[in-house]
Amino acid sequence: MSERLPKPTSLWEYANPRRFMALSGFLLPFVAVGTAAALLIGLIWGFFFTPDDYRQGSTVKIIYIHVPSAMVAINAWLMMLVASLIWLIRRHHVSALAAKAAAPVGATMTLIALATGAIWGQPMWGTWWAWDPRLTSFLVLFLFYLGYMALWAAIENDDTAAELTSVLCIVGSVFAVLSRYALVFWNQGLHQGASLSLDKEENVSDVFYWPLLFCLAGFVGFFILLILVRTRTEVRARRMKALQARERMA
Amino acid sequence: MMPELGKYAAEVLSAYAVTITLMVALLLISLRQSARTRRALRDVEAARKNRSGKESATDV
Amino acid sequence: MIALLKRDLALAIRAGGGFGLALAFFLIVVTLTPFAVGPDSATLATIAAGILWLGALLSCLLSLDRILALDFEDGSLELLATAPIPLEGVATIKAFAHWLTTGLPLTLAAPVLGVLLHLPTDGFFWLTLSLAIGTPALSVIGTFGAALTVGLKRGGLLLSLIVLPLYVPTLIFGAEVARRGTQGMSADTPLALLAGITLATVALLPFASAAAIRINLR
Repeated sequence: MSERLPKPTSLWEYANPRRFMALSGFLLPFVAVGTAAALLIGLIWGFFFTPDDYRQGSTVKIIYIHVPSAMVAINAWLMMLVASLIWLIRRHHVSALAAKAAAPVGATMTLIALATGAIWGQPMWGTWWAWDPRLTSFLVLFLFYLGYMALWAAIENDDTAAELTSVLCIVGSVFAVLSRYALVFWNQGLHQGASLSLDKEENVSDVFYWPLLFCLAGFVGFFILLILVRTRTEVRARRMKALQARERMA
Repeated sequence: MMPELGKYAAEVLSAYAVTITLMVALLLISLRQSARTRRALRDVEAARKNRSGKESATDV
Repeated sequence: MIALLKRDLALAIRAGGGFGLALAFFLIVVTLTPFAVGPDSATLATIAAGILWLGALLSCLLSLDRILALDFEDGSLELLATAPIPLEGVATIKAFAHWLTTGLPLTLAAPVLGVLLHLPTDGFFWLTLSLAIGTPALSVIGTFGAALTVGLKRGGLLLSLIVLPLYVPTLIFGAEVARRGTQGMSADTPLALLAGITLATVALLPFASAAAIRINLR
């Protein structure tokens, strides 16, 4: 992967698998170090050096993993949607493989958000689970991830799988948004409002704000890191399949 | 060093444990898959080069 | 297109597949419910509308893989793809045929089964209405799922896994109409939303289904 390549003139050139491998191989160590640093700072700061909330006690510390994982869980699907659209419109293989690589990460993050939410909800709301719109839409999101991954796994031909999962991702996105609003209609919520928004009034207080930002950066970095690693795996696997197919033809 | 977690220690610790377990597991699985594919691809490419020495190995 | 519809209907009835099977499944779900939650009629009355919606949805799910699988196996799907009518039209007709043989009978059977579950009198009208409006969406969404999985050997379970999350909004609004109607509340808002979902899916999803069929046939 170290041959001389002409300087890229457009972002789309990174859709070339060789260029993608070169760039991602170069970026990988930086992302890994940055992610590790942000996660360590954020989690240690949050866990050891922040005060307890006067109402929630020490359970407030769960916010440092709950909010970032929930954010990544949603944005992973968004990223898959964008990647699917790019694949369907511009037919860049790396894009389809990146969408495939993102699904298990998104599913894990959804699971983390659900689990930490349940653990927090037990002492605070007095119940592990409530059929609140936010909680329920995360459960539905998890089901979407499962269906998407199952479809990838079930289809043998890689190109067909990429196409069909892209179609599913796009249709699924529409239905996911629909479900979200249907759920709000269906039941009033128990969940508090946004922890982080541009509207200052709603935000968590400053003591919790900074470590939370570090954790957010760490989780996003973790997501990017895994996407890079997993996409590289997929690119290699694809190349290997192509080579083996060529051997058999020869 | 351990902060005073009060009566919610079990909840906080288990939440962190679950998260860290899941994230580390995902990372390890991804890295292992990555290593395995890289090794397999290297083998396939090596075998291919041995057989047809001059053929270009740069096409993807 | 009319010919295709007639053919699909004839096949569905003659092959004895989806037609009777879905109804029988619906009956079984409703029969098993009191065994699970107890025979108390007050309990049954409160959950009747929801159980009937869920039962109808599951029965509908049962026959989805038959929408396209038979045509795919004997190659007539490929003929249809090259036929002069657009594939989007084929997908719509297939969904319509599925609704006529599954959704419509389920809608008509629901009030009868409602008697078994002590559905309150006010509920019958709303339940039937919500099913009549909601089941076309189930058929159309199901056709999309069937189109995604048509080439697969064991697509049945996968089909359910893919389609069920897509059924969430329809189920929520449909069951909400039946529930509110049963309790004598105003059901206009969920009814409008349910109709909106049905109209939108009927108008848009056949394009996605046709795209999926094309990909699978390539």
